[in-house]
Amino acid sequence: MNATTDDRQTPVMNDLVRLADPSEAELEALHRRLEGLANAEGVLDIAYTTIDSPVGSLLLAATATGLVRVAFEREGTEQVLETLAARVSPRILKSPGRLDAAARQLDEYFTGHRTEFHLELDYRLSSGFRQLVQQHLPTIGYGHTQSYREVAELVGNPKAVRAVGSACATNPLPVVVPCHRVLRTDGTLGGYIGGLEAKTALLNLEHAA
Amino acid sequence: MVAHSATVLRVCRAVLGPHTDADDAWSETFLAALRAWPQLADDANVEAWLVTIAHRKALDIIRSRQRRAIPVDEVPERVSTIGVPEATDHDLWNALARLPDKQRQAVAYHHLGGLPYAAVAEILGGSTDAARRAASDGIQALRTTYANTELRGSLR
Repeated sequence: MNATTDDRQTPVMNDLVRLADPSEAELEALHRRLEGLANAEGVLDIAYTTIDSPVGSLLLAATATGLVRVAFEREGTEQVLETLAARVSPRILKSPGRLDAAARQLDEYFTGHRTEFHLELDYRLSSGFRQLVQQHLPTIGYGHTQSYREVAELVGNPKAVRAVGSACATNPLPVVVPCHRVLRTDGTLGGYIGGLEAKTALLNLEHAA
Repeated sequence: MVAHSATVLRVCRAVLGPHTDADDAWSETFLAALRAWPQLADDANVEAWLVTIAHRKALDIIRSRQRRAIPVDEVPERVSTIGVPEATDHDLWNALARLPDKQRQAVAYHHLGGLPYAAVAEILGGSTDAARRAASDGIQALRTTYANTELRGSLR
């Protein structure tokens, strides 16, 4: 930060920085170990990791209760983590262990080998009517779709079509909680937190399988 | 916090050497940070806070190391690929390990941890000028060792 350029350019400094710099693998191993220690002490409130997928890199985050957030790359890792820190807890650690099952099931889903998720979910990032809608979404089967209007009717509030739209738009668990299966009454896409391209890709994946 | 994990490991390695001791100090630092995190002020400098914890954890390890009397110079010998051709990584780690504590810590916290000298002074005690001097003396001593190694190399 405050080191002068002069210091940085000397061979000694260059070598020192290079020598002390950990590799990705070394850091990953340390994080795995820390995750175990922190879990044992009960001081790890949110574990997160990122995985590659056909719709771009996905961030997965879990509390002790279950999967709490799935985020698309375009939402911005830093921003997503900051929101989690503010709304759930700042004790956040990159630690893939807690997300192994979610990562595996998503992999299977994206390769067409899984049609529903069996994961503990933590819906604490949404509340009220939005959460009610989000809890309904997993009942829309793989490869099927419903309109915003149908969803509103099925959750017992036929007039709340727009509110269903915002519940889908604020779904903290996209892909796993399939808000991509909700379309406009005329069959057009509507919106999607991961972008329309991602929504199309997920619908195509499910129809092709 | 995660963003600083590489920085904290660099600092632990510089102070303790590239051993499992540095890994332990890193783990202890982040465990302590996770415990204390909810009490940290919103506007706190997270990196300085973490380096301060790492400093204390490293001191704990140095103290227990003295009790156990484990040699400090067990370093893997690898040939340096950049910098001075005849110097090995081993030489640099050894030179770093031989610096007086304050110099090694000042070099680690300022040059590897990225802390301004004022923050280094807070960790080490003493003035900002003293922290700057310690880091500069440390770098100078490392340079001298390197120069000697180079000389030795050319006489071989």
